[in-house]
Order: sequence, then structure tokens, then C-alpha cells
Amino acid sequence: MTDVWRTDERIALRKVVRDFTEREIVPSLAQWEEDGEVPRSLHKAAAAAGLLGTAFPESVGGQGGSTIDNTVVSEEILYSGGSSGLLSALFTHGIACPHIVASGDPALIDKYVRPTLAGEKIGSLAVTEPDAGSDVAGIRTRAVRDGDHYIVNGAKTFITSSTRADFITTVVRTGDDPHHGISLLVVDTDSPGFSVVRRLSKMGWLCSDTGELSYVDVRVPASNLIGAEGSGFIQVAQNFAGERLGLAVHGYGVAQRALDLTVAYTKQRIAFGKPLISKQVVRHKLVEMTRAVDVARTYAHSIIERHCAGEQVFAEAAMAKNQAVEACSFVVDAAVQLHGGAGFMRDTEVERHYRDARLLPIGGGATEVMNDLIAKALFG
Amino acid sequence: MNIVVCVKQVPDTYEEKKLSDADKTLDRESVEGVMNELDEYAVEEALRLKEAHGGEVTILTMGPEKAVETIRKALSMGADSAVHVVDPALHGSDALATSYALAKALGTIEHDLVILGVESTDARMSVIPAMLAERTGAAQLSFARKVEVDGSTVKIERQTDTGYDVVEAQTPAIVSVVEKINEPRYPSFKGIMAAKKKPLTTLTLADAGIEASNVGLSGSGTSVAEFAARPPKQAGTIVKDEGDGGVKLAEFLASQKII
Repeated sequence: MTDVWRTDERIALRKVVRDFTEREIVPSLAQWEEDGEVPRSLHKAAAAAGLLGTAFPESVGGQGGSTIDNTVVSEEILYSGGSSGLLSALFTHGIACPHIVASGDPALIDKYVRPTLAGEKIGSLAVTEPDAGSDVAGIRTRAVRDGDHYIVNGAKTFITSSTRADFITTVVRTGDDPHHGISLLVVDTDSPGFSVVRRLSKMGWLCSDTGELSYVDVRVPASNLIGAEGSGFIQVAQNFAGERLGLAVHGYGVAQRALDLTVAYTKQRIAFGKPLISKQVVRHKLVEMTRAVDVARTYAHSIIERHCAGEQVFAEAAMAKNQAVEACSFVVDAAVQLHGGAGFMRDTEVERHYRDARLLPIGGGATEVMNDLIAKALFG
Repeated sequence: MNIVVCVKQVPDTYEEKKLSDADKTLDRESVEGVMNELDEYAVEEALRLKEAHGGEVTILTMGPEKAVETIRKALSMGADSAVHVVDPALHGSDALATSYALAKALGTIEHDLVILGVESTDARMSVIPAMLAERTGAAQLSFARKVEVDGSTVKIERQTDTGYDVVEAQTPAIVSVVEKINEPRYPSFKGIMAAKKKPLTTLTLADAGIEASNVGLSGSGTSVAEFAARPPKQAGTIVKDEGDGGVKLAEFLASQKII
């Protein structure tokens, strides 16, 4: 049986990503956590290595390949010592650019997508507002047409990479209909009236900057509208499956790393004259952790394969996310526990994964929202 | 400017290397094979020269089947084609035999320049560049930390202990490079996908005109008589400073005939 995850090319890709992570990410990650952001030079280096453009077509400056290749990149960064925070900071374009690519608008692609995939620009996606999160139809930020411009007023919060961003793919309200009144507009962050109100301080994902944004009479060229006016909700929804599968990868990827670190630690840590891993209670825990990771990964892989084949996997993607996130929460907690006192220390890697992992059941659609969607798909 | 880069697959530096008991050669199957690190710099330099002056970059590797992974890596970095000299009769070739086989294989490829790392991380003899130059009659430009090409003139900065020499030669020339020369690129995703489609020629002894009697264990001028595992580290001597640390240290160094 051919394993699409381990073709010669994907094995070679894994090696490149591992090499890149060990050389360009791991030595600086602690500093970036302290800085609260990753440097632009990392985007340039990742672009030069061809890592930013996987799953983006070559016609828009990408590297080609599918979501499977993109998943391989994320997995390997996590397995070799990166973090979910790092992924969210470096790959924000994965949520900021797909709508522009799908619109096929050559001017927008040249202005925003190409330079971003080349590591020269940083983009963000702004959906969440102080009063609307998973509930996209509740968006209040308003864009009013004025000649060949839109005037945008409103606020966004919890926006990843927005304090560094050059442009923000902003979900705005252009009409009153809850769904058909939503549009997508690219806003340059140097536009008068746009400002980053605050850099938010978080529990985890420290190397990933998160901002609260304000739009006051921001004039945005109407040509920055992505797709047709009123099609924003559908555009956002079309990317839900991909985004959730991406977060499932974060889940089992982080869990795998935390597990690997814990196996290594329990082999080398001596307690009562023997390595910790010789104790049955420890061994059983490690087995449960392995099972959780492997089941989550295997399910996510199968859904990603179906997604790549063009199948509709709306509910399955949500289940893959919940499954992987649950595995991750369990594994990082057990990892800290098995590290004992060391697990509670800031310099211990599993401590960071423990804090980072807390975001996963919340971000990209909370576990409860996922369950509601799955229930609706299953039971109507 | 057509360039051949000699690339060797070596055991991963961080893995435990083993010699086989049967014929005292390196056991290449039991360890992960990687591209010799200095050869990555050689590939990078060749690609940079190609980007500046045009021409083609061909990878030349001698080694078992498995070495094809390393060839693919060089191709995915951007080389145009590769020649793989692979034949069971080559097993156990020493540096002399290897340089003979490589020189023969070089004869099958049109080229102006050969670039390679100054040494491999497994054998570390650092003699292949000189032997190749001798066997092919090409000029030798060794320990290059910078390479410039102008028409058929190749100028390098040769790294020395105290600084560098400027050395110049006409093509055909053989350039060995040090790690100061550049920062090797990562193979890109596009490069990886394209690597399998690039021409890869496999040469047996007969294809390359290599005499079997000149290669392999029996055709090598040197042989491994004996080998032993590195002895475990001994506990060191601890000199405790009780006001006379300096004197004790000097005494220790003198007892070791260091001072």
C-alpha cells in the first residue's frame, strides 16, 4: 500500500523542514517568546527555503503541492522542536491569503499574495470582534461605499500577527443581512484611521503577536474587495474545513513532540534507583499518550486525504479538530506531570507546549461550537 | 561554464559509525546516509556560478545504490543532472582507487570545472581533490573560500592559517571549497518535486572504462590491518585550588610533558 504521507518526495521534504527548524527556529525560539513576535527575517528565510508557499499554486507565487504537503511542513516543524505558536505566527498567510487566491483577482494577488509568499509582506485575517467570535454573522465592523472607496469603521480583536502585518484581510459588514451582508476587504495597515490599539498579552503562543485593531473612517479602495460584495460569509466558511484540519495538525503535532520529550526524559531520569520509564504506572501512561496521538493523527490524515480529493468533510474536519485537540490537552498535561518539578519550570519545553496547547480547544472554532456543527450535520 | 560537483554520501555525523568485522570497511547500511556537509557548499557554489555565468551543473557520485538519496538532494537544490558510478566491484576502494574511478567517470562528462568539498566527514583524508587533479591533468585550486570565474580563468582565495592566498588557473580546473565560502540553500519544495524527473545516468565499471583490478578492496593500495573501538573516556584529574592551584596545574602539565 502506498502511504501518501511517506513518498520519496515527502520524506525529502520532511528532512528539509527538520533541518530548517533545527537551524533557523529552535536556537531562537526562546528569544522570540520573550520578544512576543517572530522577526521578518524568519519569513524571508522560510520563503527562501520554499516553505511558505506549499499548497499555494505556482501561478500566484507558491510552490505548488497539496494540503498534504503543507501538513507535512507543519508536522515536521512541530516534531523537530517548533511550536504551535510559531506556526501561527509564521503561517498566518495560510488564513490571510486563500480568499485572495480563490478570487483570482490578478491585481490583489500581485500586490498581496506574491510578496507574502516571498516573505516580504505579512498578512493577517481579521474576523473576531469584541462582540462576535465564532458567530461570523454577528460582525459589526461596517464598510460603506463612497465612490470608488469603502469607508470602514469598527474594531477587531485577538487578531494573529496583526501588530506586524502589512495588510489585513478584514471581514466587514456591507449590508444588513446577517450572512449576505458580509464582505472581505484587504486593508493596508498604513491606511490613515487604522491602528493597532493594543498588543494583547497571552497565556501561551507568546512568539505569536496578537492585536486589538481599530478602524476609524479608514478609506479602502473598492478594488481591494475580495470577490463579490456580500460573498464574505461564504468565502470565510469555505476555508473553515482547511483551517480546522490545520488546527488538528497543531493538536497531534504538539502532542507527538510532548510525548517524544517525555519518553526521552523518563528514560534518563532515575528515581528510586531505576529509570522512570521502568515503572509500570509511567509505562502505561506513555502508552495511553501514544494511543491518543496516533488515533488523532490517523483520523486527521484520513480526513485531510478526503479533503484533498475534493470531498465535502465539514463535520469530519470539526471532529478531527476536536479529537486532536483533546489528545493534545491530555498529552501535554501528562507530559508536564511526568516531568515532575522540571515540568513546571519555564525553561522546560513541555511547559511551553502545555501553555500553548490551551489555545487549541478555543481557537479556530471552540470545541463546543464544533460539537454544535457536528450535531447539526448528523442529526439536523 | 559546465561544472561537475563531486558529492559523497557519508554516515550522519551524529550517529555511531561501525566498521564491519568481515572486511573492515565502513558499514554504510546500518546508519543514516547524508550528503557530506562540505559537498553542500560545493553544490551551492556551483549553482551560484551557474546562475551568474550560465551552463549546467552535473552531480558525480560514486557509492552504493543508497547514495541515490544524496544525489536527489543535490538535484533538488538545483543541479541539472547526475552521474552515479555504482558497481559492487567498487566496494572497499581507498582514496587512490576512488580518485581513479572518479577521474574515469569525469571523462564521460563534458565540463570546464570540478568543485568538491575539501574533505569528507567519514574518511577525512582530504586528498581526493589533489589526486583528481593529478589524474586528470587539471589545475588544482584548493581550500577555496571564494571563487571567481572570468571566461576560462578561475581565481580563488585559498584559505590559509594566517589569511588567504590568491590563486588563479585556466580551466579545466578542480576547486575544493571550505565552509567559509557560502551558505548552502535548502532544497525547495519545487526542487524536490522536480528532482526525480532530472536525468540520472548510472555507470558501471564497464560503462566508465574502469579496470576492475584498480578498484575495490583488492585494487586499493592501502588496507586496514586492524581496528578497535575508541576506549571509553577515563575520569580526569581534578586539581583542587587551595591557594596553590597554579603550581599544581603547572606540575600536572609538566608531568604530561606539555610544558
